[in-house]
Amino acid sequence: MSIDRRSIFFDLTRANVLARGCVQPDAGRCVQCGICSHNCPLGLDVRAYAWRGIPITDSQCLTCGQCVARCPRGVLEFVPLRPES
Amino acid sequence: MATHYVIVGSGVAGVTAAEVLRSRAPDAQVTMISAEAAGFYSRPGLAYYLSGRVPERQLLLRSPANLRDLGVRWVQMRVNEIDVTNRRIKLADGQKIPYDRLLLATGSRAMPSDLPGSELEGVCYLDTLDDARNLVQRARRAKAAVVVGGGITALELAEGLHARGVHVHYLLRSDRYWANLLDTEESRLVEDRLRADGISIHYQTRIRQALGSRGKLEAIETEAGERIACQILAVAIGTRPQIDLARNAGIKVDRGILTDTTMVTSIPDILAAGDVAQAYNPILGQATLDTLWPTARNHGYAAAHTMLGDPQPYQRHVAMNVTLLAGIPTTIIGAVGSGSDADLVAIARGDSETWRHAHANWVVVERHDVNRIRLMLGERSISGAVVMGDQSLSHTIQRLIRTQADISPIRATLMQESHAVPKLLADFAASLEHLHGNHAPH
Repeated sequence: MSIDRRSIFFDLTRANVLARGCVQPDAGRCVQCGICSHNCPLGLDVRAYAWRGIPITDSQCLTCGQCVARCPRGVLEFVPLRPES
Repeated sequence: MATHYVIVGSGVAGVTAAEVLRSRAPDAQVTMISAEAAGFYSRPGLAYYLSGRVPERQLLLRSPANLRDLGVRWVQMRVNEIDVTNRRIKLADGQKIPYDRLLLATGSRAMPSDLPGSELEGVCYLDTLDDARNLVQRARRAKAAVVVGGGITALELAEGLHARGVHVHYLLRSDRYWANLLDTEESRLVEDRLRADGISIHYQTRIRQALGSRGKLEAIETEAGERIACQILAVAIGTRPQIDLARNAGIKVDRGILTDTTMVTSIPDILAAGDVAQAYNPILGQATLDTLWPTARNHGYAAAHTMLGDPQPYQRHVAMNVTLLAGIPTTIIGAVGSGSDADLVAIARGDSETWRHAHANWVVVERHDVNRIRLMLGERSISGAVVMGDQSLSHTIQRLIRTQADISPIRATLMQESHAVPKLLADFAASLEHLHGNHAPH
């Protein structure tokens, strides 16, 4: 059962990111090319959030980072949902 | 009677204005007139469609049906004339549309090539969705392409056609790429990457004519007499704001339509926004052209507020673009270059005239393989920067330039220890943010 400690740690870390982090667009850098939406495994329209400059708070967002990594203009980044007190 | 707002053009400036007008003046009538059948699409995204990174449908942002759902009356037609006296516009089909306030967001178009043979089938541009479709179609059959011009679009053409399996010859009139913006080493980084990808670069090479038979392009001939066989000649020598409509109506124009900071032209009820607008820049004391998406969006926003009778002067941000130059992520901010570029006869796309107002500043360069930071240092602040490769500091540098942060505490060290630039900047920005609160806006 040696894998358990590691996988629990991983799951907790992941849960932490899921619970506390989200993807935040910088509308000023975005040119609406749609690479983010095209690569979202859940088909979320990330680009529509970027147009409005609001964080992707859709509960389906996995924070998998596909959109963050593939955006050619550095529009998207992970930010904490609430600043840690 | 409800106020009638008419917008000519369906690009980012026009659509931004339409959205603001629709939400702020629910009772008003908003009409958008455009010759583009597809409605609003991402023009910068055309390059990614050409290179195969996104499918065509992904570029479409607001179809005519979407715009109608928004409450915008959509008219797909070319505008022939503005009747300033009677405040109405005349369309190509003879229809007349009256307006109370008119926004001209007609954009810019690629400068056409004036070479002998430019009318041949196979001479292409990357300007509209139709142009991109045409290139994708032609790339299926073409073996070789010649690309001429400069700026971002020329590279997008070279790389996009290469990605579609066409052998690309990139012809430069000068001895390096984008000479009035990049420094020698930055140009070389881009050129080395293009060559490594398999693109042939021909320096100091001008085309004498395009050759073909039965109306189809077959080759180009250089001024030195060399012939290069090609089925595509892709031209990106600059863009030209579409000002004819305004000029014929007696509106003051220069290279673009001249506006004040609230986007009003020389005729009070007529405004201009986006690539076509040459807005007064209070910092430089002159009217400048930008062909940047964020500028067009800010113009559209400012214009809509002026039309609503609630002027909010266009806040000129430091001009910034993030792009891939031969696959190298590159951020250009503020004043970084000067002079002219033999490969461009006018402003390129994704370009800003304000970038070429660099004074004799001190230049600091931090270099690590393809990662490179060039800072233009003024007496007290950073006036411009080019960040290539690793982009982790680009947001930080953008903030320092935009806020004209006083960098005197680290200036001397920056100049002496260029290898320590990233750490110095990161630490300095962090200390500023700590001083002014943890959540400084972008």
